[in-house]
Amino acid sequence: MKFFNRWHEKQPEKPIRMRQFIVFTQKEFKHIFRDRWTTLILLVLPILMIILFGFGINTEIKNTKFAVYDPSHDVATQGIVNKLLTSEYFTLSEFVNTPNEIENIFKEKGIGLVVVFSEKFYENLLHTGDAQVQLITDGTDPNTASILTAYASNLIFSYQQDLISAQDIPYQIKPEIKLLYNPTLKGVYSTVPGIIGVILILICAMMTSISIAREKEQGTMEILLVSPMKPIVLILAKVVPFFCISIVNLVTILLLSVFVLEVPIVGSLFLLILVSLLYIFVALSIGLLISSVVDKQMVALLISGMALMLPFVYLSGMMFPIESMPIVLQWISNIIPAKWFIIAMRNIMIKGLGFSSIVKEVAILSFMALFFIMLSLKKFKLRLE
Amino acid sequence: MSVIESKNLSKNYFSAKSGKFAGIGLRLSGDPKSPSGDLGDGLCFEVDKGEIYGIIGPDGAGKTTLFRILTTLLLPDSGTATVDGFDVVKDFKKIRSRVGYMPGRFSLYQDLTVEENLKVFASIFNTTIEENYHLIKDIYQHIEPFKTRRAGALSGGMKQKLALSCALIHKPSVLFLDEPTTGVDPVSRKEFWEMLKKLKSEGITILVSTPYMDEASLCDRIALIQNGEFLTIDSPQNIVNKFNKILWSVHSNNMSKLLNDLRSHAGVGVCYAFGDTHHITVVDEKLTINTLSDFLQEKDHKDVVISKIEATVEDCFMELAIPKN
Repeated sequence: MKFFNRWHEKQPEKPIRMRQFIVFTQKEFKHIFRDRWTTLILLVLPILMIILFGFGINTEIKNTKFAVYDPSHDVATQGIVNKLLTSEYFTLSEFVNTPNEIENIFKEKGIGLVVVFSEKFYENLLHTGDAQVQLITDGTDPNTASILTAYASNLIFSYQQDLISAQDIPYQIKPEIKLLYNPTLKGVYSTVPGIIGVILILICAMMTSISIAREKEQGTMEILLVSPMKPIVLILAKVVPFFCISIVNLVTILLLSVFVLEVPIVGSLFLLILVSLLYIFVALSIGLLISSVVDKQMVALLISGMALMLPFVYLSGMMFPIESMPIVLQWISNIIPAKWFIIAMRNIMIKGLGFSSIVKEVAILSFMALFFIMLSLKKFKLRLE
Repeated sequence: MSVIESKNLSKNYFSAKSGKFAGIGLRLSGDPKSPSGDLGDGLCFEVDKGEIYGIIGPDGAGKTTLFRILTTLLLPDSGTATVDGFDVVKDFKKIRSRVGYMPGRFSLYQDLTVEENLKVFASIFNTTIEENYHLIKDIYQHIEPFKTRRAGALSGGMKQKLALSCALIHKPSVLFLDEPTTGVDPVSRKEFWEMLKKLKSEGITILVSTPYMDEASLCDRIALIQNGEFLTIDSPQNIVNKFNKILWSVHSNNMSKLLNDLRSHAGVGVCYAFGDTHHITVVDEKLTINTLSDFLQEKDHKDVVISKIEATVEDCFMELAIPKN
């Protein structure tokens, strides 16, 4: 608290400071909306990003070629293969004679999935109630791989349902999923939380840092410093417009993802907004921190664009599953706010879990926000050097 | 009582990477009450209330550094300075609420209109345009017809008027103007100085820097500065009066050759280009205009015109500055 008291040496009357804040916030809005490019980046870029990502990363997979290794050749294996064939997702490429061929056909024939049945499949199904089928996919493309296995497992499960209803026997077919080249793939891929995470960082951190760097670059910061205005008023007035715009963007993105990309919001909307606001707060404080150390708009842009965006895109789990990263990158991913935001958003949005599932993420994000804000207030330069 | 006082201010610039000494930014030192104004190691810097005080010197002399120290934007490496009785280091917040500062570069919001700029700066200083309109009226009148125009689209002179209005809107006790007339046309410069005179009559102390020597005579007192050191401090008239050398202006058909020929003459002290003539000081008292003219004609100069002239502030500056180089 000692820090804040430093600004309060001679307190002007409240209304005056409020007026100062309002005039200054208006000024910030004018800066934003009078520059066509800034407006465009702030309002149109998020929409473009969500539409490009949403449609560009095509999650619908049709007519994937698959191969079968079937040492059993019985009714059940035939039934499952037929089940796969009746769906629009799969077309049968060939039968494999030995397990050794499996790796080769991946490399040579553009096959997306191999179905491997255990020996005496139907017999096992009848007697032990436990028959095994293995689904092998190419893990170098983890997103396609996970979608293929999910479709195939569903089809096998539905075959099982058919059997149960027909014969009333408690069969259990256990699909065992094996991802070649990337055996540890976990987690549901979902783009929307990742895009929100990146867009908010882009708007909040990049724009805030550039806007303060601009004051320094054009020399107005000199006049602002040689004035009785408190830095906290300046900072708040800088942050408020981007906070508002971030909320507009958040709403746009959610509407687009629900109605255009048809990604449902399973969990609580209230929680989702709460987590987003917290994340916006973190992003704004990162922007403030950047602006307290740089003097040039270009440097602010480079730092927030390169040093910030890249790890946020690649290490947050938005593009690539964190579990399949080298251990060092996994450690680094822990300090990336977007990682925790994406986890929390997936839990709420996709899995529909409650607050108890995101306590850890909320705590980490709150700590980060507090840390960055304290640091940037402390680093705010009261002089030119 | 003096409004601005500084003692032994110094600020050194080091290049950040190598740690190598890059030059002295500013050094003001010495005995304040040196009656003769003799430089030696001594002068102090005091500005009286209601005075227009000029800091005159070439680019890179340290004018902006001095202004930034006095407006609390930079910390001096050593020495002390007070503005309106407040220390520039300890009481920087009090100084910030009572001075007006106009940086050398045009530092307003280019994408805001004239009126919006004024409104923003009024609110920063906890006041309103209406409250102090009388203070800026004379200046603001000139640009009021353009008040809905964006500041970036104003002419150089209008920009300066707007910047001055913004620096004045909170009725500062001291006004710091760092090169306010650089890049401004002669008519606007003249108007600008007339405004400063009016402000002075309102009791505002003005510290103004400029690289233009002709503006020096418009100040009450001036300090000539070079390489971060003051050469002299006095009223412009006294500085000119103190100039005790014989000064001639010389013109011929080949001016660049003339400069070298004059410098080669033993009777000539310093020689420098001054507008379309060269000014020389005469060290050999036996030298007359005629003998010098003959000397030059021998060196193939034609249309030689030599005349005795009165010194200006610039001549004083050259006289003081050149031996230092």
